[in-house]
Amino acid sequence: MSVRVGVVLFPGSNCEQDVVEAVGMLGGVGEILWHGDSTINGVDAVVVPGGFAHGDYLRPGAIARFSPIMSAVADFANDGGPVVGICNGFQVLTEAGLLPGALQKNRGLKFLCGPSTLRVETSDTVFTDGIDPGAELSIPINHFEGNYTCSPETLAQLRDEDRVVFRYVDNPNGSVDDIAGICSRGRNVVGLMPHPERAMLEVLGSVDGRRLFTSLLASVGRVRAA
Amino acid sequence: MTEPLHRSLGLTDDEAADIAEILGREPNPLEFSMYAVMWSEHCSYKSSRVHLGRLPSEGERVLVGPGENAGVIDVGDGIAVAFRIESHNHPSAIEPYQGAATGVGGILRDIFTMGARPIALMDPLRFGPLDDARSRWIAEGVISGISGYGNSVGVPTVGGETVFDPTYTGNPLVNVLCLGVLPVERLVLGQATGAGNLAVLLGNSTGRDGIGGASVLASAGFSDDGADADKRPSVQVGDPFEEKRLIEACLELLDSGLVVGIQDLGAAGLSGGTSETASRGGMGMNVDVSAVPVRETDMEPFEVMTSESQERMLAIVEPGDVDQVMEICRRWEVQSTVIGTVTAPDADGTGWLRILDGSDGDELAKIPAASLHESAPKYHRPLAPPADLDQRRADSPSRLPAPSDAGADLLGMLCDTSWVWSQYDHQLFLNTVVTPGGDAAVLRLKHPTTGEDTGRGLALTTDGNHRWCAVDPRQGTANTVAESVLNLAVVGAYPVALVNCLNFGNPEHPEVMWQFSEAVDGMAEACRVFGIPVVGGNVSLYNESAGTNIDPTPILGTLGLIDLLDRQPPGPRFVEGGRIVLLGEPSSELAGSRWAFDRGHRGGTLAPVDGAAHSALASLVRDLVAGGLVLGARDVADGGLGVALAEMAVASGVGFTVARIADHGELFSEAPSRVVMCVGAEDLAAVEAAANGLGVPVSRLGLASGDRLVVKDLLDVGLDEATAAWRDRLPQALGSGTTQG
Repeated sequence: MSVRVGVVLFPGSNCEQDVVEAVGMLGGVGEILWHGDSTINGVDAVVVPGGFAHGDYLRPGAIARFSPIMSAVADFANDGGPVVGICNGFQVLTEAGLLPGALQKNRGLKFLCGPSTLRVETSDTVFTDGIDPGAELSIPINHFEGNYTCSPETLAQLRDEDRVVFRYVDNPNGSVDDIAGICSRGRNVVGLMPHPERAMLEVLGSVDGRRLFTSLLASVGRVRAA
Repeated sequence: MTEPLHRSLGLTDDEAADIAEILGREPNPLEFSMYAVMWSEHCSYKSSRVHLGRLPSEGERVLVGPGENAGVIDVGDGIAVAFRIESHNHPSAIEPYQGAATGVGGILRDIFTMGARPIALMDPLRFGPLDDARSRWIAEGVISGISGYGNSVGVPTVGGETVFDPTYTGNPLVNVLCLGVLPVERLVLGQATGAGNLAVLLGNSTGRDGIGGASVLASAGFSDDGADADKRPSVQVGDPFEEKRLIEACLELLDSGLVVGIQDLGAAGLSGGTSETASRGGMGMNVDVSAVPVRETDMEPFEVMTSESQERMLAIVEPGDVDQVMEICRRWEVQSTVIGTVTAPDADGTGWLRILDGSDGDELAKIPAASLHESAPKYHRPLAPPADLDQRRADSPSRLPAPSDAGADLLGMLCDTSWVWSQYDHQLFLNTVVTPGGDAAVLRLKHPTTGEDTGRGLALTTDGNHRWCAVDPRQGTANTVAESVLNLAVVGAYPVALVNCLNFGNPEHPEVMWQFSEAVDGMAEACRVFGIPVVGGNVSLYNESAGTNIDPTPILGTLGLIDLLDRQPPGPRFVEGGRIVLLGEPSSELAGSRWAFDRGHRGGTLAPVDGAAHSALASLVRDLVAGGLVLGARDVADGGLGVALAEMAVASGVGFTVARIADHGELFSEAPSRVVMCVGAEDLAAVEAAANGLGVPVSRLGLASGDRLVVKDLLDVGLDEATAAWRDRLPQALGSGTTQG
């Protein structure tokens, strides 16, 4: 049976169909989850995709965190379900308290779209299982508020607990400690600013995103088996 | 004595008399206001219409030609492409961020009005020189406006052009092209049919922003800065989040078959939307102005009817479907309000647009709906070539002294525009195979409903060259069409249709109208030769500042197809050890070249395009790209062979050594029909054989290798130095970044 991946749609999201397409390329099935619903319909994993939820008005993710769907996503995450937040989705997960820290405006105050190289720092997450630490992946970025920040205590904790999942090889936005992505204590919630769904085809310039989504789909099998 | 009302609204005395004749009585102020916006240059094309009919618009793929919201082309597999280009020049000159942002918003609505999902934007931009502070302020604001609106609304900006030149000081050009895809069967036209059907206003509330945008702002030139600042309230304010929800709601309404017709409210606001839908359907419409949701108090009916508030659409709906329409809108948090009813025409066919205060209230205006469009004046404005045309043409730039340092001249022309397009999301929807910075954008072609990959590609390029058109608007425009054919060929695509944005000066100047007429003829001739139908266009006149007209700047947006898109096209680059060849006839003609203009020389005679030779070259290039024989390719255009070689070098980090370039004329000539290619040594013979087979001249120029740019006996520059000149120009002039409004 195909793995069912729920993709959350807020008004203003725009990468939801791209994630559905990426999951489909690997044999999974992407299903849109409407922001106003309070159930995730029994999906096996959840992706909170990129875009501008609620126009990013007030602050990215600040309004989306109050959507009914986010309570259901939080329950799923707290039960150990795999949840990945990409770009705006990462911002939503930090606002919702599922991941620590915050994303502020890029150093240079400029929107940035283009290629970036990430170093995988741990294989012990639902999104990087089977990828050796130190592996470098070519995954594009596309954000204005991607500059990760957190308190010194949180940063120490993230490092001590091996929860920095990705670092930029060439930090584009001023993120503390070159952080591009982190995970939760349970290692089942991962947030990252780059867009792995944009790195699924040779004609688009990279297939490295396949390794991450392959890990996500496989993690569901493990959760089921366990 | 105070000025009569019609004049302060921008109508001439003759136009006012025409209106009185149409109505059979004196118009009231509301009626004058509606005619003033609809008969403005911007909305009525009154100076240009008599010329535009000369453009060829027929073709077997054409589903919708000029005159609708967008041109529509059948691209096969049940998929249609809708595309259109527009200008937002004057709003951007006085309020750069919002001017550019609302330009993006407006063109998107033109596309989803047709039932298409917008999947790509392109922005051909022209600014004054980088050493002018106001031009830098305009450039930064425009680029952040496009970034702020385009990224947020969720449509990728996949290409465009950014040019800095003194001719645009005080009057920048901000053109924007949008392309959308739709299943052929979902094509909808903006018409109101069926008496008793309801007109439903979707989206934003109506405010006082943008009143007079079309008539006061877009249809007059600029005088001095002080007076123009007063026009700032005529610029609309954009809300990309509202637009995003409006797109999703409208596409769902169209998918559900719940609308009879739909029309965006752009320039001329409700006056345009209501009268256009009614007259296209051969009907009339009763509009209750008091039902329109407003966001300011005490708005007068004329303000409601002419406001250009953004993010609004007018849907024509059968009464039984209204509840469902409103439910879908509620789900997307889009406001929807019934504001009118479609009415049957009189026995003589006249459909009346009646503006009422309350659905049964006082009649505030009563106008034949079609008269706002079809009766608009058409002017045969006087046209005359410049008096010294013959002398200018005879004055060849070959008389200019040879450069003392050709390397320095070359470096001065290099400019990496990634500072601009890295601020645009250009990858959304997983389609972008060739990003901005290439000769043409290339997109995967997926079915808009099923998402199925056809394995084919769309290619899109925007092109314009004001220098060529300043020397000779007719030949310059024809050469621009030819350039777009080559831009498509180097990514492996063949052209299928074209849209244009004609940016010219004051049409009341006979020389400007001559330029316009010549450009139309040049485009028409070239499009006939290459078999490219012109399916849409936009005319922007009064591009003048302090009495000086811009150089004529027709911008072309050309759509191409790639039958098999199984790898990335080669791109403008060298590969170490590759052989460099020039395809096409060498030329030393410098007329219209950047090099000559940089020396103040605007004369001479452009090299013409040989249609057959050009088509053979384009065909050869496509075949070689499709056959995988090409490591890198660039057409020769702005800056000539020198800039083509240098850009391929800096983009790939590989230098070159070439010979057989006789002099600075051959280095900087911008004559048409030439392509530089980098091919593997083992493929050189095959490439030459293919060229010979099609009768295309081919010359071996040299070798791609090393860390210097060497043209034997002409220049020798370090790759590092060239790369720095190219890469650092915009960051150094425009700073580390721009802020979002």
